[in-house]
Amino acid sequence: MSGRYFRFVTEHPIAVLLLALLVLAATAAGIPRLSFKSDLRIYFSPENPQILSLDRMEQTYTKVDNVLFVLAPADGVFNNRVLALVQELTTNAWQIPFSSRVDSITNYKHSYAEGDDIVVDDLVLDAGSLNPEQLAAIRAIALDDPLLRNRAISPDGKVTGINVTINIPKGKELSSVPVVVAHVRALADDIRARYPDIDLYLSGVVMMDNAFAESSERDMQTLVPAMLVLALTLMGLIMGSLSASLVALLVLTLSIVAAMGLAGWLGILLNPVSINAPNIILTIAICDCVHLLAGYLLARRNGENKKTAMQHSLQSNLKPVLITSVTTGIGFLCLNTSEAPPFRDLGNITALGVLTALFFSLTLLPALMMLLRTKVTATGSSRLQSWLDQLAVAITRHPARFALGSLLLAAGLSAGIVKNSLNDEFVKYFDDSIEFRQHTDFTTEHLTGIYYIDYAIASPADGGVNDPDYLQTLDDFTQWLRAQGEVLHVNSITDIYRRLNRNMHGDDPAFARLPQSRELAAQYLLMYEMSLPYGLDLRDRINGSKDASRVTATLKTLSSAEVLAFDGRVQEWLQAHGENIQFSEGTGLTIMFAHIGMRNITSMLTGTAIALVVISLLLVLIFRSFKYGLLSLLPNLLPALVAFGIWGLLVGQVGMALSVVAALTLGIVVDDTVHIISRYLHARRLLGYDARAAVRYTFARVGKALVITSIALAGGFAVLGFSSFEINAGMGSLTALAIALALLLDLTLLPAVLVLVDRGRERSTDSTEEPAAVSTPATIPASTAASTPTTGEPIGAITS
Amino acid sequence: MYFTTPGSTRRLARSLVFLLVPALALVISTPLWASLDKLEQLHDPVQKGLAIAHETERRDAGFGDYVVEAEMILMQNDQVLSEREFFSKVLEISGDGDHSVNVFRSPRDVEGTAILIHSHGLKPDDQWLYLPAIKRVKRISTRSKSGPFVGSEFAYEDISTWQPEKYGYRFLKSDRVDDVDCFLVENTPLYEDSGYSKLHEWVDKTIFRPRRIDYFDRKGDLLKTLRFEDYRQYQGQWWRPGRMIMTNHQTGRVTQLLWKDYQFATGLTEADLAQSKLNRLQ
Repeated sequence: MSGRYFRFVTEHPIAVLLLALLVLAATAAGIPRLSFKSDLRIYFSPENPQILSLDRMEQTYTKVDNVLFVLAPADGVFNNRVLALVQELTTNAWQIPFSSRVDSITNYKHSYAEGDDIVVDDLVLDAGSLNPEQLAAIRAIALDDPLLRNRAISPDGKVTGINVTINIPKGKELSSVPVVVAHVRALADDIRARYPDIDLYLSGVVMMDNAFAESSERDMQTLVPAMLVLALTLMGLIMGSLSASLVALLVLTLSIVAAMGLAGWLGILLNPVSINAPNIILTIAICDCVHLLAGYLLARRNGENKKTAMQHSLQSNLKPVLITSVTTGIGFLCLNTSEAPPFRDLGNITALGVLTALFFSLTLLPALMMLLRTKVTATGSSRLQSWLDQLAVAITRHPARFALGSLLLAAGLSAGIVKNSLNDEFVKYFDDSIEFRQHTDFTTEHLTGIYYIDYAIASPADGGVNDPDYLQTLDDFTQWLRAQGEVLHVNSITDIYRRLNRNMHGDDPAFARLPQSRELAAQYLLMYEMSLPYGLDLRDRINGSKDASRVTATLKTLSSAEVLAFDGRVQEWLQAHGENIQFSEGTGLTIMFAHIGMRNITSMLTGTAIALVVISLLLVLIFRSFKYGLLSLLPNLLPALVAFGIWGLLVGQVGMALSVVAALTLGIVVDDTVHIISRYLHARRLLGYDARAAVRYTFARVGKALVITSIALAGGFAVLGFSSFEINAGMGSLTALAIALALLLDLTLLPAVLVLVDRGRERSTDSTEEPAAVSTPATIPASTAASTPTTGEPIGAITS
Repeated sequence: MYFTTPGSTRRLARSLVFLLVPALALVISTPLWASLDKLEQLHDPVQKGLAIAHETERRDAGFGDYVVEAEMILMQNDQVLSEREFFSKVLEISGDGDHSVNVFRSPRDVEGTAILIHSHGLKPDDQWLYLPAIKRVKRISTRSKSGPFVGSEFAYEDISTWQPEKYGYRFLKSDRVDDVDCFLVENTPLYEDSGYSKLHEWVDKTIFRPRRIDYFDRKGDLLKTLRFEDYRQYQGQWWRPGRMIMTNHQTGRVTQLLWKDYQFATGLTEADLAQSKLNRLQ
């Protein structure tokens, strides 16, 4: 059947070309349906316990998404000019779309006693007309207030923050974040122009969501062209034919377009992770093209005409291309077990890309090659070939040394795995070149932290926030948090109760303590709420039924392990002091990301196991041998292990991104194993070679192709390593490393083990077989070996 | 237009109203239609908006005083979060905003807490608070009226006395709310520190009371909707709602405010609503 199709392609290339274009049009029509989502929450599945906790928290209190303006004037904050600017910005910030609250040192609700009256007013009223005494008084109040210090004002009074709470309705994040950011930037640019001496920085969750989108966009603009150039160069070198390279490039591009279109039809979302699917598809599709075109060009150089050369190439490559596509697809589909949905999207789009690449390689590519005039020039690096042959000879002479040596080295490097620690610090997902990272680093260093944890502390009594025992525990908790080294700032209502109690007693400092009765506390609260303006109410601290309140601890920059350790200590404290309270687990993005690494690794272990079992079973079927199927486990599993080991020694930190690498690489590196073992078995079963001769035969036939495709693959993933987005950069680098290691192991460990396993069994026939074997493949000059038209028939021979 | 009553601001207008009341009582429908016809003939939207506001004030002027019981139900996703009960006493003051006092009955913690407000149009209101836990009256000086009333979706400015001079008006169109013919008027707060950029108010063409108000936040986005239900007429003259439902569109929270036992002409005096009497208002 396949033979008939191959004849049809070569006889009627235009018909096939039209069919391919028709399929392209149908799939590509889905592209407008693609949409891009880039906030932090996409990394969590809907059933993730930490995001459920966050949803509950945001339902009960207010949402915590924010934009933080940070002002760093050269001569400090407390002067008329800067305070007037803060006041102006505070007012203007209300115009930011979806803003629901603005907090600054100027609109901070300051309460004090004036005789028997209580005054509640903005800390700074008319900034322009304040005299030096008033400025000094404001400075003293702001720097002393536990709710402002290290949050809205730096302890030295030099840097101040204006925090805008942004409440984007669920489902509108896609279109809304850029609108908010555009408005924020316009405000910022206006201030920068009018106050060139004041440094202005922008941080906050909304700015981070936007940075995800912008860094993805930048990656698309730089990495995709880099990848295309790399692909074109590699293929030019390999095939020595410009037109063939351009055809391949067209196939790659159309595979991507079709895959993205299919993703659009299926409603798969684009995000900063899945946006890399085009790059990965391109990398993987190169292999299909290389195999088919190399076979074709070799046949042409051997003097065959266009049609028969293409028919031969298709015939011999169909099965290997099919099998490697299937295994690669399985590896990517197993990303569906990932805890983080963006990796599922990446896996699915790439799997689609594997499919479209297969389709266009078998239709468009041969059809175009039939229509184009291709100049065929002699090519090929004989130095690589002879080096490979020397390696094969060495391995067959000392298989035990190679096997043991590479195993020991692999085992030694794998031990580095334990040096990896889990870490997902989401600010560090961006490298120093990203504005958000620079601004956030400044903010963290000079004003306040971006990492915080919320604790909802409930009272068992109805309306119990005013219960004196509850308040006492809450206050102890607040003070305890403030004493922790990791904590920069704590936002808790107990500070407000203390101040109100003092205000009610003529600002007598002796009364700066918690109210002693439930009634008093409730009445203070009512009084305070009565004097708060729109948006500054206490609903972000106290729930609607007034039986729970939220305590927010802002933290210094901490690793995931440190966050979890801190949260562990908090939970211990709460357990030990829990008689008057019911408390929640720590909540918020910081905690969510601290857990995501481990959760993703756990989920990906399942995925990797599934990939391993399915692919191994497939190999057993392909090789028709349980033994070789099992043997293939070694070179398939080791690369990821060794790569993680080296990563542990060199980098030492893994996040959620790297947990998908094992499954992802498995599907790719198995291709090398398939090629080697099937070629080896062909030599043994059909050509009757012994183990040593079969190894040399294998090296001569597929060694060069393996080296080249591995370079293409590793190079492709290495390009991803240059992403400004750490998740992609880490995934790219580690995958590139694993692919390179796979090649090394396939060229050393695997053949050595094959020789070792099979040699013992055949010792009796060794002497008779050897001379023939050595003379056959090893003495063939590289150029002659390379010009053998059939590069892939062993798999066909074995399986058909 | 809002939940307490409009206080008349102009003596002249007030005395005119007093003269008109008996006439109105005699032939109810004729002047009603007459004033409506006159309003409908106005073409300038600003003039028309203002005329509607004045007519609304005129219709309710002269109520004198009333006492009412209130129950506030705070809800989220159809789930009751908490409830509060209080009673209000309102006294119409000629030449200034109303004097009113709200005294809490529940929750237990704040029982007896009283808020006395002398409202003053564009000037900040005078506010006193009686806290039974320390048995003291405190004057609270604040310019903010835009915060939430006891944690509900009602802001203080939503429930403080409406006076025509607090807003600029613009008639938008005639519209219907639940099959009731209404004027739709845009109100722009003229007092300082409002949480709103504008309000859209549907004024019932028959009873000249609000049927619905949309509140727009400072950047012009729809924030809340208030619906007035179960209007009843007291003493054959004063229309008051039995239920007000405030929905916050940005948070999804809802507050229901139920009014019952309206009593008009209870004989309240300014002396009864003085700060010195706050502790005796139970």
